[in-house]
Amino acid sequence: MSSATLAGLVGAALVGLGLYGVIADPQPLRKILAFNLIGSGVFLVFGIVARKGAAAGLSADPVPQAMVITGIVVAFAASALAVALTLRLFEETGRATLRPDAGTKPPDDGADAE
Amino acid sequence: MTEGASAFAATAGGSLLALPILVPAAGVLLSFLLGGRQAERIALALMPVQFGFAVAIASLIWRSGQPLVYVLGGYAPPLGIALRADGFSAVMLVTTSLIMPAAGLYARTNFATPNDGTERRAPLVFWTLLQAIQAALSLIFLGGDLFNLYVALELLTFAAAPLVCLDGRPETLAAALRYLMFALFGALFYLLGVALLYGAYGTLDIVLLSRQIRAEPAVWLAAGLMTAGLLAKTALFPLHLWLPPAHANAPAAASAVLSGLVVKGSFFLIVRLWFNVLPALPNAVPGAILAALGSAAILAGSALALRQERLKLLIAYSTVAQIGYLFLMFPLASGPWSAEAFSGGVMQALSHAFAKAAMFLSAGLIAESLGHDRIAGLGGAGRAMPVTFLALGLGGLSLMGLPPSGGFAAKWLLMKASIEAGQWVWAVVMLAGGLLAGGYLYRVLAPALSGNRPRLKSPPRRSRENVALALALAAVLLAFAPPTFFAFLQIGRPAAGAALR
Repeated sequence: MSSATLAGLVGAALVGLGLYGVIADPQPLRKILAFNLIGSGVFLVFGIVARKGAAAGLSADPVPQAMVITGIVVAFAASALAVALTLRLFEETGRATLRPDAGTKPPDDGADAE
Repeated sequence: MTEGASAFAATAGGSLLALPILVPAAGVLLSFLLGGRQAERIALALMPVQFGFAVAIASLIWRSGQPLVYVLGGYAPPLGIALRADGFSAVMLVTTSLIMPAAGLYARTNFATPNDGTERRAPLVFWTLLQAIQAALSLIFLGGDLFNLYVALELLTFAAAPLVCLDGRPETLAAALRYLMFALFGALFYLLGVALLYGAYGTLDIVLLSRQIRAEPAVWLAAGLMTAGLLAKTALFPLHLWLPPAHANAPAAASAVLSGLVVKGSFFLIVRLWFNVLPALPNAVPGAILAALGSAAILAGSALALRQERLKLLIAYSTVAQIGYLFLMFPLASGPWSAEAFSGGVMQALSHAFAKAAMFLSAGLIAESLGHDRIAGLGGAGRAMPVTFLALGLGGLSLMGLPPSGGFAAKWLLMKASIEAGQWVWAVVMLAGGLLAGGYLYRVLAPALSGNRPRLKSPPRRSRENVALALALAAVLLAFAPPTFFAFLQIGRPAAGAALR
């Protein structure tokens, strides 16, 4: 197995793990971490396709690198925004969870306080 | 290909394309820098300018009959990035530049800076983000590079999500957070698809890609990932869960922009993807899947709207349903009836934008005047505030698809195309959706127009009622769009899958 294949598989695995976390975990902070995991997987795939793909003649195609850097900045901004919202939600309600009905009911029952 | 060799050379007046992106972006920076009341002044002052740009771009396209192209910095793709505007981009730009000032004028009461000029967070954030949404939408409508469009998509999310929770109530925070999660998830799927396309073809320019793309596994995977990601952002059933709480809890002016325009941004990219990037893929099966999801959205969204107890939630669920209609164009927009279906889909996007913005603004006035927006408590309210309910009803006309309204024109075109294509099932769904829409609007309008006048906390201001009414009238006026308007929509539209086979 070449290192590129291995990195590609690791990228795919990261996306899969992150996807599971985003869907399965109701805690926003874990969702944010899982979201960053997906991001890392996507960036890894980006790096690999740059070496294996259409521009393989170049020793290192700089365009995907530029895209990954931009992507990291965007992911950082997204994480910061999500963390800020989560913190504010915690300040207002004393807990931070995204149950399916948390948006429509006032969170006063405390049935599933984390 | 319709563009020919000119796809990579800037057309005359092409530099105009940079302005609708740069000017609101500069407005965002200036608003932050100057702060206080200046944010509102800058936002409102730039909106007519933005309308001027949109009209100028549309008239240039109309006169030349060709898409406008601008090559940033003079570097041609694949090295550089191109901005392109076709008929569809231009009408979306004009629509955006009309609904934004309406939302802005309406919001002046809610997001005014106090007279002593002390800076408050909600107004500053609102006026700044409104401009950011405008900049991001312009970039989405004009961008010619898939990665650039990813950045635009994220900008749109970052500007839209905080608008949901401007008043800081816990349920709005939860709604904004859930919206953000869906949007981030969607953006990463889109980005993964972009990575695969770059790996396969070494370019992300839309025209260059469309010339090289073949039906192969990497392309199908990329198309699936990108479409799924964009569907999450567009809130197509079953990825709609975030939309009703987010749109119903936002301040009315923000709801109007979110429901009318922001979801159309990601829808626009789905159209770009399938019509401009992937015309070489056979699109019968993906088109049928999208339309099946759209049909499910129409039926489920309308049924859920029927069961809501709050007016704003009802309107938000009706957005879920109306988004469904947009996707009925996909299986129909290939073959000899393609122009009709494409026009129908675009018309639905435009008329829903105007109608839904009018309805959310009316609902905001109703909630402010009555102190609540429970449908059970609306009895007689139509007598107390007739203009508001007129706007609500005219917007509803478009949702039901009754003539004369833009919604009727859209649904008529889509229905005609589906019958000509022999795909009767979509026509049946459209009729059922229209009936259900009639049902949920009757639930609101019938009690409001009968019974005793309720006591209003404060009567709505006439100027704000007029804003909502103007938007509703725009949705009605779309019904009288002349044939030249539909010819304009076809400028730069590439033929889709089946037509090329």
